[in-house]
Amino acid sequence: MKKDYIQGIRSALPIILGYIPIGFAFGVLAVQQGLSILEIGCMSTLVYAGSAQFIGAAMIASGATTASIVMTTFLVNLRHLLMSASYSPYLKHIASPIQSLIAYGITDETYAVGIVHAEETTHTNISANFFLGLHITSQASWVVSTVLGGVLGNLIPDPARWGIDFALSAMFIGLLLMQIKDKKDILVAVCAGGLSLLLATGTSGHWNIIIAALTAATIGVSIELWTKKLSLYS
Amino acid sequence: MDQKIILVLIGMSVVTYIPRMLPLVVLSKVKLPPLFLKWLKYIPVAVLSALLAPGILLSHNRIAFNFDNKALLASLPCFIVAAKTKNLFLTVLVGIVSMFLLQQY
Repeated sequence: MKKDYIQGIRSALPIILGYIPIGFAFGVLAVQQGLSILEIGCMSTLVYAGSAQFIGAAMIASGATTASIVMTTFLVNLRHLLMSASYSPYLKHIASPIQSLIAYGITDETYAVGIVHAEETTHTNISANFFLGLHITSQASWVVSTVLGGVLGNLIPDPARWGIDFALSAMFIGLLLMQIKDKKDILVAVCAGGLSLLLATGTSGHWNIIIAALTAATIGVSIELWTKKLSLYS
Repeated sequence: MDQKIILVLIGMSVVTYIPRMLPLVVLSKVKLPPLFLKWLKYIPVAVLSALLAPGILLSHNRIAFNFDNKALLASLPCFIVAAKTKNLFLTVLVGIVSMFLLQQY
């Protein structure tokens, strides 16, 4: 329904606030590293992944081989496996071609907004149109802001000075608190955050997110099973 | 665009799309064991926290649990507003304004 589509577009608003400064920064940087405006636009349309694009542009500039750029991108973006998997119980009733289309727009940010919506909606009412609206609007804002960054280049100095680059962290705070429903969730959040932080100081390539999330979710299920077993015997 | 860039862009887009698409399309076709579904339920909290923590607690690749860390300071009002209002847009706005004010000092 059209209503769901519009709700999806509206839900993209906090994401747009975060994408504009980061996309702009990417455009500025990519031009400095020798990418053309057309190449920036193509990359944001085809790849559409913030950190991988920053890394990719830097590797292209440094003359890295195609294989090493593609391999690095693959590793950096592997974390989307988890997000895609966690959508599957909610989007079961949607046809595969539409699922494949929705999947194109999964990013850290759209996932964070989308999964909260999915959990708050009755299963049968979860609409593909919500996700299409959310994803198309978010990606459009990403493509436009990266291209604008490339075109306007150095007109706006240091976007970080304006505090806008903090938008995405603020959004994750809001979404995380909406997700937390009981003590087990708090424990999982603390484990995931702590582990991710520790790993981030030691590893590169975003492994920290995958490893921390896998471990913390496993701890959560183990505790759930363990406390249930205890209550069975008592 | 020269051929190498075209090849790089196509390669990057394929390896980014496959992990986004495969689990959703494949796992929603099969009946998943209840234990795995339980596990999947913890993934959003775990992923969000894993994404957030380095953003507010890491500064120049070091853990920065102190008052010099502006991202950490700016996150405090966000936590309060998010907990009280459950309003995402307001939380983001408070975050931007707090960070802007902190950047002035």
